[in-house]
Amino acid sequence: MSQVSVTPVKAPVFKPQSPWRRNLDEFKSSPVAVAGLVVLLTIIAIAALAPWIVFQNPYDLMQLNVLDARLPPGTANVDGGYTYWLGTDGQGRDLLSAIIYGLRISLWVGIGSAVIAAVLGTLLGLLSAYVGGWVDALLMRLVDLLLSFPVILMALMILAWLGKGVGNVMLTLVVLEWAYYARTARGQALTESRREYVDAARGQGIGAWRIVVGHILPNCLPPLIVIGALQIARGITLEATLSFLGLGVPITEPSLGLLIANGFQYMLSDEYWISFYPGLALLVTIVAINLVGDQLRDVLNPRLQR
Amino acid sequence: MIGWAIRRLGQSLLVVLLMTLVVFIGLNAIGNPMDILVGEDLNQAERLAAIAHLGLDKPLWQQYLLFLKGAVQGNLGQSFVYHEDAMRLILQRLPATFELAFCALLLAIVLGVPLGMFAGTYPDHPLSKILMASSIVGFSLPAFWVALMMIMLFSIKLGWLPASGRGETRELFGIQWSFLTLDGLQHLILPALNLALFKISLVLRLTRAGVREVLPQEYVKFARAKGLSPVRVMCMHVMRNTMIPLVTVLAMELGSTIAYAVVTESIFAWPGAGKLILDSINMLDRPVVVAYLMVVVVIFVVLNLIVDGLYYVLDPRVRAQVKP
Repeated sequence: MSQVSVTPVKAPVFKPQSPWRRNLDEFKSSPVAVAGLVVLLTIIAIAALAPWIVFQNPYDLMQLNVLDARLPPGTANVDGGYTYWLGTDGQGRDLLSAIIYGLRISLWVGIGSAVIAAVLGTLLGLLSAYVGGWVDALLMRLVDLLLSFPVILMALMILAWLGKGVGNVMLTLVVLEWAYYARTARGQALTESRREYVDAARGQGIGAWRIVVGHILPNCLPPLIVIGALQIARGITLEATLSFLGLGVPITEPSLGLLIANGFQYMLSDEYWISFYPGLALLVTIVAINLVGDQLRDVLNPRLQR
Repeated sequence: MIGWAIRRLGQSLLVVLLMTLVVFIGLNAIGNPMDILVGEDLNQAERLAAIAHLGLDKPLWQQYLLFLKGAVQGNLGQSFVYHEDAMRLILQRLPATFELAFCALLLAIVLGVPLGMFAGTYPDHPLSKILMASSIVGFSLPAFWVALMMIMLFSIKLGWLPASGRGETRELFGIQWSFLTLDGLQHLILPALNLALFKISLVLRLTRAGVREVLPQEYVKFARAKGLSPVRVMCMHVMRNTMIPLVTVLAMELGSTIAYAVVTESIFAWPGAGKLILDSINMLDRPVVVAYLMVVVVIFVVLNLIVDGLYYVLDPRVRAQVKP
């Protein structure tokens, strides 16, 4: 008998890929979104490290020199220590330093309020889906009501009531934003709760809240993350708008919106930079967040998954 | 149909009632208007007389009932600052705001729909890609900053367009309008364009998404196979089905445009209701703020009703659902 040589067939190697890895690979498919992410991370790093980067602390009145007020970009300061690359504002602040500190406030307000609203809204949404009945009806009517009126109008009202302040602006944003998360979390939870894995978990005798938080919540996360990204951008814009109108942050700690507002009065005398550069910083930040958010939406959308 | 309409109307009235309560209670929590309105040189008796005159001495629920009674009669109290009927003040300023909001919406439709149709029909054309990228920037642009830049470029540097006020107005139906005079139109361009920027991006994206969804449908292929001209297919078959989400969003956007006019009006010194409300918030002029909010709430509720009605007209599926 001749020997039959069997060439072993190589089994296809199945490399288990973690969902993080897969999403990351998909995210990288758009160079524009990657550029947005790089810009965004750079901005966050600059804002976080602000005190070690800037020439002067723009909130420390002792460091400001009124003689340096409204200098055009590129002028050296009176003491000759450093150059005002982006000029100075009406109080003699180095505009670059003020922008970096302003970014800090804008990002803090935008991200902070989005995180609080996300936690609060998601919990209320899950509660609504889980308890049902009149709690669900009441919460969802409240959400409908909140979402049917323009954000700026509600914000004007709440801030007219609370007064200025970083904390108050954040509170306003949380009040306006939680409804988006609540509605999405509720809808997702209701869909997920009919899936088989939930039945399986129930069959194992796992407690109700553990099923909701440990099994249903992780599967609700993708759309919530997308909403979060877009809400951060909206929150930052809204904070800037409110501060511009004089209802947001106090004048002693100018965010980007307030810097732009302060420059408005000097624009007529052709001193454009005081309003221009803070706005540019705001624009770049928001475009970067929106680019990342847009790509996240495509990556995390199960209908588009290959 | 009638039962449906009555039920919708009932819901709307409930929303209005709920908002009166929210607005009223919310505003009563804002500082004491007496501190701002009355000078410190008044003695105690004069002060109490002034409080009684404004009805601020009654308990809160009584003030609310009085307010509701007045609201039904279209009387929302006198402005603390202008000493005029608050409702009349708002209504006087509203046409200017409406004019601005309508022009902004018109610009958004005139520019956004054709561009969106193009981007939807030829998604791989380089121009479409540029349009989509710019629409992301359009979404991201902080409107108030763009307004300042527009003023700087077109008014200060180039001197082409005026940057503040309504310009010359002409009367039509007893109301002053800017769009009837050349000077007024020039004053209208910058604020309207500024208010429209966000909407143009929105309309463009919605139209594109709608066209891309409708184009592969069977009935479009069938219409083409029948030998209808591309223009006819586009207008009669594609656009009609794209219109439905667009109409809803645009009607709701009119409401938010009126609200966002607060920002645009304050920058371009456009004498509309938005500028009035901002001043009133700063001066704690409670009746004017309340009147403005009530007017906007009613506008919103009415727009919602109109949208539902339009759905009924545009979408045969809704008609089929409602009829039985």
